[in-house]
Amino acid sequence: MSLTAETVTARWLQERQAGRRRTLLWALAFAAATWVAAWVGQVDAARLLAGVPRAADYIARTIPTLRLDSFAADITEWFWGFDLWLGLLLDTILIGYVGTVLGGGAALLLSFPAAATLAPPWVVTICRRTLEFARTVPTLVFALIFVYAFGLGPFAGVLAVALHTFGALGKLFAEVHENADLRSVEAVRAAGGSWADGMRYGVLPQSLPGLLSFGLLRFEINVREASVLGIVGAGGIGEELYLAVRQFEYPDISAIILLILVTVTLIDALTTRVRHRILGAESLRST
Amino acid sequence: MSLSRTHLLFAGGFLLLLVGLWRVDASPARIWEGLGKLGWLVALMWPPSPGGALAELLAALAETVAMAFFGTLIAAIVALPLCFLGAGNVVPSLLMRFTVRRSYDGLRGIDSLVWALIFVSAVGMGPFAGILALAVPDIGLLAKVFSEALESADRRQVEAVRASGGSRLQAIRFGLIPQVAPLMLSQILYTFESNTRSATILGVVGAGGIGLALGDRIRLNNWDEAAFIVLLILVTVAVIDRASRAIRLRLITAG
Repeated sequence: MSLTAETVTARWLQERQAGRRRTLLWALAFAAATWVAAWVGQVDAARLLAGVPRAADYIARTIPTLRLDSFAADITEWFWGFDLWLGLLLDTILIGYVGTVLGGGAALLLSFPAAATLAPPWVVTICRRTLEFARTVPTLVFALIFVYAFGLGPFAGVLAVALHTFGALGKLFAEVHENADLRSVEAVRAAGGSWADGMRYGVLPQSLPGLLSFGLLRFEINVREASVLGIVGAGGIGEELYLAVRQFEYPDISAIILLILVTVTLIDALTTRVRHRILGAESLRST
Repeated sequence: MSLSRTHLLFAGGFLLLLVGLWRVDASPARIWEGLGKLGWLVALMWPPSPGGALAELLAALAETVAMAFFGTLIAAIVALPLCFLGAGNVVPSLLMRFTVRRSYDGLRGIDSLVWALIFVSAVGMGPFAGILALAVPDIGLLAKVFSEALESADRRQVEAVRASGGSRLQAIRFGLIPQVAPLMLSQILYTFESNTRSATILGVVGAGGIGLALGDRIRLNNWDEAAFIVLLILVTVAVIDRASRAIRLRLITAG
């Protein structure tokens, strides 16, 4: 068929119509999903709109009155519990740190048999399922269970964070190992090393920068998670926040949230710098 | 020299670990006693049982997914106009952009559970507080990702439409949207996945969904029912992940 102006136009019209039909189909599916979700969630647009100003009003109440002529005194009053909160924030960071180290250590052990290039398939499957379970159960659910078993306090929080970290980091670590060059493992084995020696001297030196980088990323996430665990009694700043919300101490809420934000931002900035240094050193070495 | 510094770092890290363990009161006796209690709990969890409330649990699960859906939807609708404020090729002022982006970071720096706590207190218990709690941090996340998508869009395609006589609106429709839509949609789907996970626990503080039932069962020591709910959550999250990943793959290949 020759390409005349008519055939080109006809084909374009045809394509456009097919495209429009596809878009319409997606739009219909989306509308149906919205309708079903609204029905099951008992979402009422009128109630939603009525609630928004109430939420805004609540947030407005948490903003403290700061006057220019008594600025220092107002700040002192706003952050009246600074010493207490700072201590709890340090606890929160410690929960995040200990949870990351313990969970990361366990993840490191299981990441070798979970790497498809390093272990037989049935071992890989068992390890991967274990890791998947640990990372799909929310940290808060682990915390609820551990608070019951180990009592109230930060120890339950550490265990919950560690278990979730184990699942999340184990998967990432295994993927890092899978990218490692296997010839160095063969070299270790040929020299008479065991499987464990092959992992320790063949794989680990190659994977280490990647592992540290993921571990630092996780640390930042864990501090953020640890900041809410106090709501179920698992230690850290969350307890004070929960108390402030329950007792309608509005300015306290904003003060504590601000402190959490500053802490998380600082840790984010710090870990980003360290990660860039680790990865930067790695790219220098490989060139 | 670098070796000794590495050793020093590791020694410091280990020391901090010990301090941390001491601070959280992780004594061997406590661990031993807790492990015994934990084993007892796991034994109580078996076999998982719906406790005759299967219909109620499934309804709560559907509510959880609906919360995630509306949270994502509202966040996307609000983030769409906001993202123009954070994009370098729309707002040239560096100071303005910096402020806007910091406030996006602020929104998503607070966990959705904290937002849930606040919104339950502000608008009452139920799924509505959960929807707001999911939407607010996602507004920050999506606005940031959307503005990055806008910044990375190719200017020349917009100019091409303008040069061949298209209006400003047509330039946006045919030059800009085809470039950014697949990226934005796949990010929205990804947010929906992560919201489904977050939504499962919001009920613990009263914000609707399956978490309310889970928190109740644990408080009442119905461990077999709690285990059943956790299994339900795992299955739901897996199903949503699969479905959303399939749609995302189609979006990327189509775009």
